[in-house]
Amino acid sequence: MTVMNLNPLTDASLAARVAQDIPDGSYVNLGIGKPTHVSAYVPEGREVIYHSENGILGVGPNPPAGHEDFELIDASKRYVTAAPGAAYFEHSDSFAMMRGGHINIAVLGAYQVAENGDLANWATLDEKFPPAVGGAMDLVAGVPLIFVMMRHVNRDGTPKLLKRCTYPLTGLGVVNRVYTDLAVLDVTPDGFRLVELAPGNRLEDVQAMTEARILT
Amino acid sequence: MDKRVADLESAVAPIRDGASVMIGGFGSSGIPFGLIDALLAQGATGLTVISNNAGAEETGIAKLLKAGRVAKVICSYPRSPGSIWFEKRYEAGEVELEVVPQGTLAERIRAAGAGLGGFLTPTGYGTLLAEGKETRMIDGRGYVFEAPLHADFALLRADRADKWGNLCFHATARNFNPVMAMASRHAVAEVRHMSDTPLDPENVVTPGIFVQSVVEYGVRP
Repeated sequence: MTVMNLNPLTDASLAARVAQDIPDGSYVNLGIGKPTHVSAYVPEGREVIYHSENGILGVGPNPPAGHEDFELIDASKRYVTAAPGAAYFEHSDSFAMMRGGHINIAVLGAYQVAENGDLANWATLDEKFPPAVGGAMDLVAGVPLIFVMMRHVNRDGTPKLLKRCTYPLTGLGVVNRVYTDLAVLDVTPDGFRLVELAPGNRLEDVQAMTEARILT
Repeated sequence: MDKRVADLESAVAPIRDGASVMIGGFGSSGIPFGLIDALLAQGATGLTVISNNAGAEETGIAKLLKAGRVAKVICSYPRSPGSIWFEKRYEAGEVELEVVPQGTLAERIRAAGAGLGGFLTPTGYGTLLAEGKETRMIDGRGYVFEAPLHADFALLRADRADKWGNLCFHATARNFNPVMAMASRHAVAEVRHMSDTPLDPENVVTPGIFVQSVVEYGVRP
């Protein structure tokens, strides 16, 4: 048996890695959870405009304590500010931006991603747990570039990168690239293709944590 | 024409048991807290609540759920940090839940207000939320037919109103409020400030034709 020697990225390093791939001039939607941290790591000199589905384009940094506007929040329900050039709008306009293909990139969390690009990130198989879809299905239906950002495996070590998803799907064949704490993988017509390993990891160890085959 | 009413109590008086009620808001912003409190005091029960979320802790829609007034929730995201009352009622089988993708929820509401018989959306195609719905292929892509969503009432929060019922909003408190005004037979708006002079027509977001009554309620918890 091979001895595993995994060196997972921290959440901050993972966010910084995703941020490298956000080009200057893009309109980006960051999903709730880990993806919200990506904006802090976009390299200086790039202007990126963040969309939040509750009706703001141009999400700015969090306000200092005591300066919150209780009616100015993002989709994660955190207090935010409006960046220069921001706009407010109502929900059907907000989702026209998403579904209509106007947003360039969405970064989402996931429970599972399959090698055919299927995404499961809204419901588990636990019947007692009420499902909550939010805007995830609309994003994957309309945004041309879907980045998934997640841990490579579940807490119990079971894989999240699968041949086929077992949880209910958010969208079919929608994921373009997956960033995990162990690797960056592109979804191609042939399956997951390795872009890079996180520093200090070997392909055979990462493959052992992945149900689907990783092409090189 | 004067759509102003004296207090929250008069504004929610027409709501009867079994009514469908759209409630504006997303997370903690744009929620008509005053109207929800008034509806709780008024006592109508067996309500169908249409809103993005299902309330958190002991505020907003969570108060109606806690008091057992809600028979059904139609929303996109019932789980929020602290949405204990929804979770309790759901686990006990005391409230029915219809989960709708958020953009589809907004567009079903808009379609109702705009007099449309529904629309085709790529959102949800091939997923559990499209099961049993009509589908169609357009230019090689799958679409799901979604029906309009009407309601008897809408409870809204806006920043300012005039006596004609014109509304304007503040920051992300706009969210679902404008489409819900359009889709309900009777829309009531709670506003931070009632203007004695007409709002500037250039700044009106929801024209008064969609609003049946307006009431000033400056407080927001």
